[in-house]
Amino acid sequence: MSDYIKENLNKDGIDRRGFLKCMAWVGTGTLCVLKGGVLKSYALGDVMQHKVGDFKGDLSFVQISDSHIGFNKAANPDVTATLREAIAKVNALPTPPAFVLHTGDLTHLSKPAEFDTLAESLKSLKTERVFYVPGEHDVLDDNGAMFRERFGQGAMGDGWHSFDRNGIHFVGLVNVMNLKAGGLGSLGNEQLEWLQKDVSGLKSSTPIVLFAHIPLWAVYPQWGWGTDDSEQALSYLKRFGSVTVLNGHIHQTMQKVEGNVTFHTACSTAFPQPQPGQADSPGPMKVPDDKLRQLLGITDVNFVRGTHSLAVVDSTLA
Amino acid sequence: MKNTRWILTFVLTALAGLTSIAVTQPGVAKAGDQPASAEVKIDNFSFGPPTLTVAAGTTVTWKNNDDVPHTVVSDDKVFKSKALDTDDKYSYTFTKPGTYNYFCSVHPKMTAKIVVQ
Repeated sequence: MSDYIKENLNKDGIDRRGFLKCMAWVGTGTLCVLKGGVLKSYALGDVMQHKVGDFKGDLSFVQISDSHIGFNKAANPDVTATLREAIAKVNALPTPPAFVLHTGDLTHLSKPAEFDTLAESLKSLKTERVFYVPGEHDVLDDNGAMFRERFGQGAMGDGWHSFDRNGIHFVGLVNVMNLKAGGLGSLGNEQLEWLQKDVSGLKSSTPIVLFAHIPLWAVYPQWGWGTDDSEQALSYLKRFGSVTVLNGHIHQTMQKVEGNVTFHTACSTAFPQPQPGQADSPGPMKVPDDKLRQLLGITDVNFVRGTHSLAVVDSTLA
Repeated sequence: MKNTRWILTFVLTALAGLTSIAVTQPGVAKAGDQPASAEVKIDNFSFGPPTLTVAAGTTVTWKNNDDVPHTVVSDDKVFKSKALDTDDKYSYTFTKPGTYNYFCSVHPKMTAKIVVQ
């Protein structure tokens, strides 16, 4: 690892190079720690100099995303194998996750056999429970009926839901339904009203974690990488001291901090997609076989009580 | 052995004859009876051509050449395909003149139109 903070001008542990490194897609791994709304980013080489306990929190959970079971093209002819490798990676974590979030595109074509393979594979995860939100590939042709029947137990509307763990409020949002011509991802009025009510009774000191498939920030609208009414959703969360947004969809890690909100996207377990604007389209990207596993991965999140910090660590399959 | 070869040759000749009849059959119809057809290709998350002008009665066929599924859905839901996987096709016959704006409901940034004259 050769990434060290060289110009720590604001004494905040972030220099421009480090910040850009964190913003850019990451083939190796970056640790971003949110403390009091301030992001501190470390390359993994720096992390190794800290004691493990520095990053160990009261709650650990994992995000996996974009498994695309059923995809079999050149970019990855065996997505079930790489999903299994991702599961093995989760099961090997020093702190087992309390639960796992799957942020959508479980399948490629919403077929029953694809949902079967996904569900069967995830049974081997050593965790208490998996929470799901759908991606646009999970709701093809049936408006998500099969997805909700199998993976949306207890959810409202199109599949949105919330729960509390260790004092953190988690909200799973659905932004892949009823998309409008020319538009981006969409939450819709019914879900927005529900979200406003859902968080209205919470103390402002409650850490909030939002998870949804399509990014809730404008990553690259030209490719549809954003959500039309995400600002409305985030306006309900302004009073909270710590908001973490976890998304998938773009098959690469990116991070952005805006006020009290840290946005983060996860790697896919199936295939990479190009960096914004770096290809003719956002379709699956074929890379040399020995590079594929450097671009797939999982995201491990740790919450440290008292400091209200969520440490987000991306690690790749290779 | 010789008989077997004769029978085989006979069968193959007969099959070839049937095939040629099947292939030439459409040519029997008069040129004026042929319904008009046109194609829209889906490549790199876009419809090509983005505007297609056809005569009323034309059947337009969309073909998905991408590695990801797309749909063909008119803004006012006049026509709506199921998800088209790689190489899948969808056809719709336009009988009424007008402008039909459509998009991919999976990737709504993909928009295009059919103008029927």
